[in-house]
Amino acid sequence: MPKSLTPRLAALRDEIHGYAKEFGLDFFDTRFEMVSYDEMNMVAAYGGFPTRYPHWRWGMEYEQLAKGYEYGLSKIYELVINNDPCYAYLMESNPEVDQKLVMAHVYGHCDFFKNNFSFRHTNRRMIDEMANHATRVRRWVDKIGVEKVEDFIDRTLSLENLIDQHAPHIRRNPDPKKAEDELKANERVEGFKVGREYMRGYINPSEFLDSQRKKVEDEKQRAKQFPERPQRDVLLFLLEEAPLEPWEADILAILRDEAHYFAPQGQTKIMNEGWASYWHSTIMTRRALKDDEIIDYADHHSGTMGTRPGAINPYKLGIELWRDIEERWNKGRFGKEWDECDDLRARRSWDKKLGAGREKIFEVRKHYNDITFIDTFLTPEFAMEQKLFVYGFNDKRNSWEILDREFKKVKNKLLQGLTNFGQPIIEVVDGNFENRSELLLAHRHDGQDLKGDYARETLRNLQSLWRRPVNILTRYDNKGAMLRFDGQTHSERKVEL
Amino acid sequence: MTLKIHQDHSRFKQIVRGKIKANLRKYVQKGEMIGKKGKDAISIPIPFIDIPRFKYGHKEQGGVGQGDGEVGQQLGPGAVEPGEGKQAGQGEGDHALEVDVTLDELAQILGEELQLPNIERRQNERIITQKIRYTGVNTTGPESLRHFKRTFKQALRRQIAAGTYDPARPVIIPTREDRRYRSYKLQDLPETNAVIIYMMDVSGSMGDEQKEIVRIESFWLDTWLRHQYKGLEARYIIHDAVAREVDRDTFFHTRESGGTMISSAYKLCRDIILADYPKSAWNIYPFHFSDGDNWSADDTRQCIDMLRSDVLPNVNQFAYGQVESPYGSGQFIKDLREAVGDTPNVALSEIADKDAIYASIKDFLGKGR
Repeated sequence: MPKSLTPRLAALRDEIHGYAKEFGLDFFDTRFEMVSYDEMNMVAAYGGFPTRYPHWRWGMEYEQLAKGYEYGLSKIYELVINNDPCYAYLMESNPEVDQKLVMAHVYGHCDFFKNNFSFRHTNRRMIDEMANHATRVRRWVDKIGVEKVEDFIDRTLSLENLIDQHAPHIRRNPDPKKAEDELKANERVEGFKVGREYMRGYINPSEFLDSQRKKVEDEKQRAKQFPERPQRDVLLFLLEEAPLEPWEADILAILRDEAHYFAPQGQTKIMNEGWASYWHSTIMTRRALKDDEIIDYADHHSGTMGTRPGAINPYKLGIELWRDIEERWNKGRFGKEWDECDDLRARRSWDKKLGAGREKIFEVRKHYNDITFIDTFLTPEFAMEQKLFVYGFNDKRNSWEILDREFKKVKNKLLQGLTNFGQPIIEVVDGNFENRSELLLAHRHDGQDLKGDYARETLRNLQSLWRRPVNILTRYDNKGAMLRFDGQTHSERKVEL
Repeated sequence: MTLKIHQDHSRFKQIVRGKIKANLRKYVQKGEMIGKKGKDAISIPIPFIDIPRFKYGHKEQGGVGQGDGEVGQQLGPGAVEPGEGKQAGQGEGDHALEVDVTLDELAQILGEELQLPNIERRQNERIITQKIRYTGVNTTGPESLRHFKRTFKQALRRQIAAGTYDPARPVIIPTREDRRYRSYKLQDLPETNAVIIYMMDVSGSMGDEQKEIVRIESFWLDTWLRHQYKGLEARYIIHDAVAREVDRDTFFHTRESGGTMISSAYKLCRDIILADYPKSAWNIYPFHFSDGDNWSADDTRQCIDMLRSDVLPNVNQFAYGQVESPYGSGQFIKDLREAVGDTPNVALSEIADKDAIYASIKDFLGKGR
């Protein structure tokens, strides 16, 4: 089981901790633990936590990690949990220089967890919460039976991505009581109070009264709908409205909680990994490296930064963007004057000696997520320097190929892949569809069709929770389509958009 | 030390095995593994259960990459992950990773999945080859085996001891006593040889699908036996009313027509065994595949006689697989079962369709003979 650090490593930790503080990183208390490689694989399979509820998919993850490790294909260097205190794991068998690199990297992550706005609403006692979840699920397993519980989890996992990643930040549903009062108050449209009767026509012209009446009508109409507005958090809707057994509701709530906990990490992958890499690189090369460690460090650092044509390496893209921002703000390469400068030579030697880079990146790490980060700071020069391109599948040649290197397309594709984690956006539109308590979802189509066989299987799982027929409105080949599963059979019909 | 996750892990394995046994069976079905047999390395995906979700088709989606290359240039194979877009937060790869395994490892996996027993070798001690091993140095021997270096050293040693060695003029002259020769020992090496004799009915009723089944099944039998025996030979016999020996390619691609006389194949099989594979030196595995529609009861009787008297006593295991054809399944397996079903070195299996291959492999190899 996890061990605490050896005195030697504890001394190294204190050293690295000192550098991290010196550079101004601000993090929760960070605890390192030593684990063997299979413990590391286990914890990684559990998504970074020492305990999770029993489920085969952790076993599946574990098998992949374990085999990857045994065949020498992959190795997990670093694992850190967003928690207060932060927990991080070091692999026993790693050489000292790796441990230093990992520690520096981890302090970067911890700083990010603590300061980035996306994590503000995450549970900082998630280790305890996960253990509680595990206990609750185990208790249900004892009561209901493992088959039933696992089967329910499987079906729910099918819907796990149907959450509202922004939910923690917003109150979507207004306070129902207040809304009701307002509605009542507005029910009769009388217009503004009029002191002198002859002024009535001027203060409350009939057009105004009509528009007010219409507003009230709309409100009423909406109140009849259910949900009142399309709801992204499908899991929440099911939790509140589906006829679930108490144990089912409990498990659904657990899975939803956990999905929301992990969401910010998905929203900030590039920033977060880039930030941690920026700091391990800075701390190692400026402070912590000994002469005889340089080769090993360079080897492992470049291993982490490796790219291949068909994918974006968040570590690489992240660290380069952070460095780019730092350089631009150091040299004053921003603002009106910079944007309007067309002289290539002037741009290349542009340096206003502002020295504001460090300050800027600390500010950016607070207020951005991957989408706004890329949207704001990805420049054409950067995209060219980093050799970014858009690729796609060529059906005729039956292979993947480079489609375009144009900046706008690269940026759009990158943003598209990040929006809602690159997953389709799906909302609950009607919980009483056709007045037959059927469920209607809508896919907000953005040019990409849903994978049909997956969609049908997902509907089947959704139906098993909703119990009544379920429908989803989407588009195939630019034509409206309604997929439906009624508990027995799948059907599909065309719909006018 | 046991880890908590081993529970989840074994549960996952159970699902893969029990619920679907899907992966293995799925690959067997598609026959993917045969095509890539080329350099002895095959990539099999690690079992992966993909929970369905609302998601985009990956091909439609495309993405952003990084690196050199002109517009229109192809990305190399494997550049784009086969798995779909990554899942939120669960950074560590939501994809099936492909691992290159050798045929040997594949056989191990097969053995593990099917819980196959290792084969008990029949004539381990009796099959012996002698091998010359040069193990030592002697003062006598033929000039052809003279050990130059050792001779030189010996002479040098003697000259230094005698004081006749002059560093300024380092001439070494070996005498008769200085000479050293390599000496050898004859070593007995037990060797296990095995031969598979494939027999297939290629009469009119055996269609392409039936042959596909035989092909897939024989691939797995081959893989397993090769894993168990170092020197594995294979012989191929096809038959309709007459039998002839063919090469591997012909074996799988010939389509004859006409009647079926199984005895012809067994006779040829017997002759091959008697001529080339003495029982004392070989582990012998005849596998016969047919749809079981033999010509006559008479012929069947002949087959059984031949099995009893000449084949069964000489082989490790005789296996018969009856493949169901569009014309149904014949009588032959029943006859065999009645006549020799109780003999320990007979394995019989009915293969209804591709899905049944999995169970059938187990029938054939499960006895550990």
